[in-house]
Amino acid sequence: MTTTEARAAERKPPQIVDMSWDPITRIIGNLGIYTKIDFANREVVECHSTSSLFRGYSVFMKGKDPRDAGFITSRICGICGDNHTTCSDYAQQMAYGVKPPMLAEHIVNLGEAAEYMFDHTIFQDNLVFVDFCEAMVKATNPGVLARAERTAAPRGDIHGYKTIADIMRAFNPFEGEIYKEALKVSRVTREMFCLMEGRHVHPSTLYPGGVGTMPQPTAFTDYLSRLMRIIDFIKKAVALNDDVFDFFYEALPGYEEVGRRRVLLGCWGAFQDPKVVDYRYETMNTWGKAMYVTPGVIVDGELVTNNLVDINLGLRIMLGSSFYEDWVNEDPFVTRDPLGNPVDMRHPWNQTTVPVPQKRDFDGNYSWVMSPRWLDPRTGDHLALDTGGGPLARLWSTALSGIVDTPYVKATGDSVRISLPKGESLPETTLEWRIPKWSNTIERDRARPYFVAYAAAMSLQFLEEAMGLVRSGDTKVFENYEVPDEAIGCGFHEAVRGVLSHHLVIKDKKIANYHPYPPTPWNASPRDKFGTPGPYEDAVQGQPIFEENGPDDFKGVDIMRTVRSFDPCLPCGVHMYVGKGKTLTTMHSPTYGANHG
Amino acid sequence: MTTHSSTTEAAGEPARGEDRQGFDEITILWISEGMSCDGDTVSLTAADQPSIEDLVLGLIPGLPKVNLVNKVLSPSLGGEDFLAPYRAAARGDLAPFILVIEGSIPNQNIIKGDGYWTSFGNDPETGEPQTLNSWIDDLAPRAWAVVAAGTCATFGGIHAMAGNPTGSMGLADYLGWDYRSQGGLPVVNVPGCPIQPENFMETLIWVLYHAAGSAPPPPLDHMLRPQWLFGRTVHEGCDRGSYYEQANFAKDYNSPKCLVKTGCWGPVVNCNVPKRGWMAGIGGCPNVGGICIGCTMPGFPDAFMPFMDEPPGGTLSSLAIKPYGAVIRRLRGVTNELVNHEPKWRHNKRKLTSGYDPHYRP
Ligand code: SF4
Ligand code: SF4
Repeated sequence: MTTTEARAAERKPPQIVDMSWDPITRIIGNLGIYTKIDFANREVVECHSTSSLFRGYSVFMKGKDPRDAGFITSRICGICGDNHTTCSDYAQQMAYGVKPPMLAEHIVNLGEAAEYMFDHTIFQDNLVFVDFCEAMVKATNPGVLARAERTAAPRGDIHGYKTIADIMRAFNPFEGEIYKEALKVSRVTREMFCLMEGRHVHPSTLYPGGVGTMPQPTAFTDYLSRLMRIIDFIKKAVALNDDVFDFFYEALPGYEEVGRRRVLLGCWGAFQDPKVVDYRYETMNTWGKAMYVTPGVIVDGELVTNNLVDINLGLRIMLGSSFYEDWVNEDPFVTRDPLGNPVDMRHPWNQTTVPVPQKRDFDGNYSWVMSPRWLDPRTGDHLALDTGGGPLARLWSTALSGIVDTPYVKATGDSVRISLPKGESLPETTLEWRIPKWSNTIERDRARPYFVAYAAAMSLQFLEEAMGLVRSGDTKVFENYEVPDEAIGCGFHEAVRGVLSHHLVIKDKKIANYHPYPPTPWNASPRDKFGTPGPYEDAVQGQPIFEENGPDDFKGVDIMRTVRSFDPCLPCGVHMYVGKGKTLTTMHSPTYGANHG
Repeated sequence: MTTHSSTTEAAGEPARGEDRQGFDEITILWISEGMSCDGDTVSLTAADQPSIEDLVLGLIPGLPKVNLVNKVLSPSLGGEDFLAPYRAAARGDLAPFILVIEGSIPNQNIIKGDGYWTSFGNDPETGEPQTLNSWIDDLAPRAWAVVAAGTCATFGGIHAMAGNPTGSMGLADYLGWDYRSQGGLPVVNVPGCPIQPENFMETLIWVLYHAAGSAPPPPLDHMLRPQWLFGRTVHEGCDRGSYYEQANFAKDYNSPKCLVKTGCWGPVVNCNVPKRGWMAGIGGCPNVGGICIGCTMPGFPDAFMPFMDEPPGGTLSSLAIKPYGAVIRRLRGVTNELVNHEPKWRHNKRKLTSGYDPHYRP
């Protein structure tokens, strides 16, 4: 949680105003942020995050053919549906005991790489960056904009913009140059995706056991030529983002406290190594570590584990503020994992989802989101891990583990080095992402373009290896199997915005239990039964306010930047200001102000 | 042809645009707070023929000025500020507008007491979440046209599948299939899970030309789908069709041959994706190695599951393929008829009839 001790010394009598943003222009569903802001001391004193959408995948999957799971779970998310299908296929492959052919793994990796490039680009440049664009900075911190006009952009030789304000202008919605280019790039990357997975959002060619994608050389040529068209855009994006974020630290001393949490990061790993992975639970620690994005749990800067078996066994789903009935009295589905380790009743394998629609009460239950936590075996704490918006945790975990060592990407122990080849206008470039001092809003955002570069670099390797197989005549992409009568499986993957797991129990060849855990429940969770706030709540609560506007014309830009830095699931709408706040009279009065129309 | 192709009576405003004054300006109010994954909004941003920027910036000749209110692209503020045009329209202070709904409509009537399945902002009176259903009740009677984006909104889709707890249904199930908008149109259904980007844009633009007074209403079929997009089957546009004709079937997904025996429902599904590709002609389903799971259909998903098995009747029609002709077409017609209907549990009654059982143990 944010600490602002220096400021505490000169505390003024609080002037607390209720401020809410609902709908926050959306996640997969509906997100609302409810805060109390102390305008005298310029900080957020309380934050609740709530979601008002229930859909019930874990309920209506029951009794269905398990092979349908990937097709159905894709529909959980309208932007990273493929991550769900992939994760579901991983879980099914464990349950069926099938290992897809090498080429299929490359095709899946290429599809997922294109997804990361697409999604991070449209989100960062068309949505996140609007919070940092000229129009927004002018409306919230005019002094900062004036300074940006006078500040030369240090990496102007790479991206071509003279001042920081020029960059901010290029991000103005619909008019700015980068804003418009990013929309185009997001289409090219989606075409790359469709070449591998058929359709975006919900892929058509992914199956448990492999893919149906026709592995003709043309598919790979079409992918490569598109990638090379955007490779310089990626190099520029990293430089542009670094310039603006470095400037913010400099122009607004103390900005590192915005959205800052303890370092409590989780990453479940991505990009299987086809030579190592066999999807068996018994060998999961080995093939998990061989992934080209290394899984890991990081607490206060320390790597607690990168073993997927430990990660799996530590998962706990808590209630406390959610609209569900507890399942403690149900029969467990799984009491031991295939290695003989005991499995907790609060583990996803044993969860039963029973929705109970009810009124929203911030002192009681206030969200359709549950509270996933990870039990730290060292301390017994149920940690509210966050995903750092995805890239922060992925890069951090990969860097610290120091395992990934490929022609284009190398983890060093405290950094990740990414090499991109020569493009149309820029030479071959090696980028280095270093583990930052803080887990905060700016570092979550900064990691994003670096991860786009990471995905691009890895896709070069996957392309080379896939083409090697095709040229040698090995074009098998699917392996047959039987669905067993009884089995369990789990899949670990990274959705664009972070950790993704699917847990599956099969009985009588049917789905007896299925629980998908995407990143947003981790990040957007409400207070759990111990009263521990979820990551959005924790990151916003206690953060300082730098916006110059008072309660009457407050935009909440610093809060927006924090929530958005976690990438709340959809390239969501731009701003979330509700208008004039209402000085606190009752605890839960919503705020209303806009009166046009 | 194996499919329905007649223009529905439903599209029955006098078809001659020139009889009527068109609008110079129109607002599109898009609500994606149905039971959905928001994939249709995301899909829309993939359209490039034309693109959403082209539409918003007025680069398509002959259309009214369009004010698009959609959270992905709207540069407006969020919260109440974002909701202002919706509130104005609900009061009757904003007209004309086209209402676009994304996501299935849950059944609020099965909830006892308070609570909600999905909401869109808060109710100004109570401060509690304002349900999607109440928004639709307020807006649909005032809308000049109503467009359902994606299979969830059109027919209920995934969230309305057997065993669902929310009693979800499509928009026309909710409003009634005989609903007519202020502009005299039925709900315009653009199915697809998600929408094929260009299919949706093209339909929206036709509706806008109609609003401008320069085109008749779009021709819709009996399930209110644009006829020119959904009038033919997947199979009829699939480049594996010649394998089918030679009774040359793939045994697994490694093969470029016809996928009917590995789960493709193409012969009886109304969809143009194999022909049109997914975006800019790239991607698709059976044409690139994906079985057709019938994602544009009223019977989706239940009628097509388990997806990876040969469709019932597939053997019959694929065996009989050599002497092919009238018989096959008739059989197909029967199956097409079958999958062109929604399951009976999609309704707005006070009872949940989907077979919901959270405690299921086989
Ligand atoms: S793959 Fe499907 S759509 Fe294509 S010819 Fe075969 S059955 Fe028809
Ligand atoms: S071909 Fe089938 S699966 Fe593909 S989009 Fe059309 S209906 Fe959906």
